Amino acid sequence: MTTLSFPIIRRPMHPTGVWSWITTIDHKRIGILYGVTAFALFILGGIEALLIRTQLIGPDRDFVSAEVFNQLFTMHGTTMIFLAIMPLGAAFFNFVIPLQIGARDVAFPRLNAFSYWTFLAGAIILNASWFLGGAPNAGWFGYAPITGQAFNPGHGIDFWIIGLQVLGIASLAAAFNFIVTIINMRAPGMTWMRLPLFTWMTFITAILLVLAFPVITVALIELMFDRKFGTNFFFTPAGGNPVLWQHLFWVFGHPEVYILILPAMGIVSEVLPTFSKKPLFGYPTVVLAGALIGFMGWMVWSHHMFTVGLGPIANSVFTITTMAIAVPTGIKIFNWLGTIWKGSLDFRTPMLFALGFIVLFTIGGISGVMHSMASSDAQQQDTYFIIAHIHYVLFSGAIMAIMAGIYYWFPKFSGRMYDERMGKMHFVLMFIGQNLAFFPMHFYGLDGMPRRIYTYDADMGWTALNALSTSGAYLIAFSFFIFIFNMVKSWRKGEKAANDPWDGRTLEWSIPSPPPEHNFDEIPTVHDRDDWWARKRGGVKHGVPVSGGSGEGHAIHMPQPSFWPIVVSIGLLVGAFGLIYNVAVAGIGGGIAMVGIYAWAFEPVNEPDEKQPAHH
Amino acid sequence: MAQVTAASHGEHEATTTGLNHRKMLMWAFLGSDCMFFGSLIATYLVYKGKSKAGPFPEDVFSIPVTSVSTFVLLMSSMSMVLAYAALTRGNMKAFRIWLASTVIMGATFLAFQTFEFYEFANHEVVVECNDPDAADWTDLQAKVGSACGSFVAGEETEVTIGEYTVKVFEEDGHAVAETTAGLTPRTNLFGTTFFTLTGFHGAHVTLGVIWLLSLFFFSFRKGGVTPKRNLDVDLAALYWHFVDVVWIVIFTVVYLFGVFQGF
Ligand SMILES: [Cu+2]
Repeated sequence: MTTLSFPIIRRPMHPTGVWSWITTIDHKRIGILYGVTAFALFILGGIEALLIRTQLIGPDRDFVSAEVFNQLFTMHGTTMIFLAIMPLGAAFFNFVIPLQIGARDVAFPRLNAFSYWTFLAGAIILNASWFLGGAPNAGWFGYAPITGQAFNPGHGIDFWIIGLQVLGIASLAAAFNFIVTIINMRAPGMTWMRLPLFTWMTFITAILLVLAFPVITVALIELMFDRKFGTNFFFTPAGGNPVLWQHLFWVFGHPEVYILILPAMGIVSEVLPTFSKKPLFGYPTVVLAGALIGFMGWMVWSHHMFTVGLGPIANSVFTITTMAIAVPTGIKIFNWLGTIWKGSLDFRTPMLFALGFIVLFTIGGISGVMHSMASSDAQQQDTYFIIAHIHYVLFSGAIMAIMAGIYYWFPKFSGRMYDERMGKMHFVLMFIGQNLAFFPMHFYGLDGMPRRIYTYDADMGWTALNALSTSGAYLIAFSFFIFIFNMVKSWRKGEKAANDPWDGRTLEWSIPSPPPEHNFDEIPTVHDRDDWWARKRGGVKHGVPVSGGSGEGHAIHMPQPSFWPIVVSIGLLVGAFGLIYNVAVAGIGGGIAMVGIYAWAFEPVNEPDEKQPAHH
Repeated sequence: MAQVTAASHGEHEATTTGLNHRKMLMWAFLGSDCMFFGSLIATYLVYKGKSKAGPFPEDVFSIPVTSVSTFVLLMSSMSMVLAYAALTRGNMKAFRIWLASTVIMGATFLAFQTFEFYEFANHEVVVECNDPDAADWTDLQAKVGSACGSFVAGEETEVTIGEYTVKVFEEDGHAVAETTAGLTPRTNLFGTTFFTLTGFHGAHVTLGVIWLLSLFFFSFRKGGVTPKRNLDVDLAALYWHFVDVVWIVIFTVVYLFGVFQGF
């Protein structure tokens, strides 16, 4: 059967069972794998947050030690950014993008599987550190020189470096894949100005990823060489300058915040028009604003370094660029308001989360503009004010939008309806919880409470507000119990979902829920922005509804499952541990990856049909 | 019913833009790699001239030697072009010859780089004590030359100057001072940034050599590489040219600007 090289393992062909998930290259299944894994890691990051908040509930507590506290906030930040928000975004890219652009899969299905397994490998490496001598403890931005061998002799930082490198490979592979998919696999007639907003924002995100990740790759290589080989990049006695680390990190780090928020903005831009029964207000402006944010995101990184002492000119320039970037963000917010203006609003759970996003993200945006001013930031740097800001934009922003997306597409990926009452309960409790948790941080932040301290004195006057924050954190946690219960129960025995339960606008609602393996029986031809909506309203002359899954799809050849993506990822996992502990093991890992890559390269996308003469 | 695969591997799949998926992926990867080398070069430039101890670029670089290896790498790009052209013309023999010569030239470049790294790590500084051009000495040469004061005719003396042990002895009737001043990634900021930057470029070349070599062997399998099925070669060529262009930047910024002052 296998005609080309590496007939070591028979190609896996089972349609169901564990092996079918391990070898799947179906974008929808990979999307679900991403979503479930990332959500589990989100819970892990949430538990870390609860431990932090429990320690800080009152003054002079010793619930955890100072060292464990350092590990907790480092892993909380790293986990939420790299293991929760980014892969939750990737879950949506995977599940939604091919459906929205009218494609049967992504451009490189096996590379897509490789991205997922490599992401999982990175998550394993980072979290293995807890059991192997302690987690990284230098903050999520790992400033030099505290990450150097002299100040941090354990393996925690090594796990952090190698884990992020592996996650970088996963993100880059996914970004390449989605750039090609979005440029090159759009259905006929799906022009750039007809592209759904979520697809647009994903495209900009992928470009940012491709350009930003190599920068942190280099920074991490330099740090690793300093630690492993005694080079001098951040070694001050030899003239090394720790500020270089800050520059490299934030040249990556600021585009990274847009990598986190642009997909969220894309989700909100899908949900609002659907539940307002109106097209997105000012579509071209929203697209342009997104592109502008992506572009200007490269010119603001030093606003993270206002107190380093770069001088008045640098501080002024970065103050101005940072204030300017609020303009395209504001444009988006006004366009969203324009979208719901005079719409017939349907307050379903996704809509509630999207509206909550607008309100709370705007609060985060305002505190962001406050510390865009270097002089003002000097008072706020490294205080809880900054923590308030980042949680309003990333939790109340990105996570709220991701929740909107999960509820919105739940009928599509599960084929069932979630429980609306529990959904609303989740929203209300989470909305109250996060404001209780994060709003007081503005006050004790401005009152001088520094971030990253593991305890504080009773007479600082921060006790009551800290207790409030902690109770808010518990309330958020409780709201997620409702969410998990809702998801598990509804996925198993929820009401069967119709193809188009929300009267949707984009192509994914034109096909069955859940979609058949090949998505579309016939690739649709697009005549309109919001094409599906226009078809339903008879606005399109050639208005044949796009049906799918009528059982005629059997003649469509989908790419077949493959072992090799996970083999290469396992090679990277073994190699990563080798780089930390033993070079010989790293060689073995590299060897496994090499075998996987060659086998992958020689494996045909589909085994030739038995009927056809196998060509050699 | 459309009999299409979602993502066929063939050269002539239908795409929105008409451009091939894999070629577009390669361009995206090269864009990403630009940022990778850009960051390494930026690091090199930030630390240029900031080393607290020698050897410095002007001590170790040999522009003639590196010019030869640069020329070889440039020629390998030409031979890569000829290989691809021969393939599309259907001349498999010429294709294999040019491909093999590309591999050999790539390997030659790597051999030069290995030799160069070895030379730098064991760099020897020898000065003639009564050199009439002593005014043109580099700082490191001057440092070694400062040992000449302890020259004793007919004897070999050892003097410690800073971190160097300098031997002073007589050769052909002249006083000579000599020491080993190796450059490693740990020596100074120059060593750190130089070896990291050129090392990662060398790793890219190594990967390219392995890739081209794989294609060379693969081309002997029936249907492996054909005039119609040439995308694999096209992509490898794209990568090879990119790595070549990066070297031109490195050669200019690191080697030429390092030796010829005033830049
Ligand atoms: Cu920023």
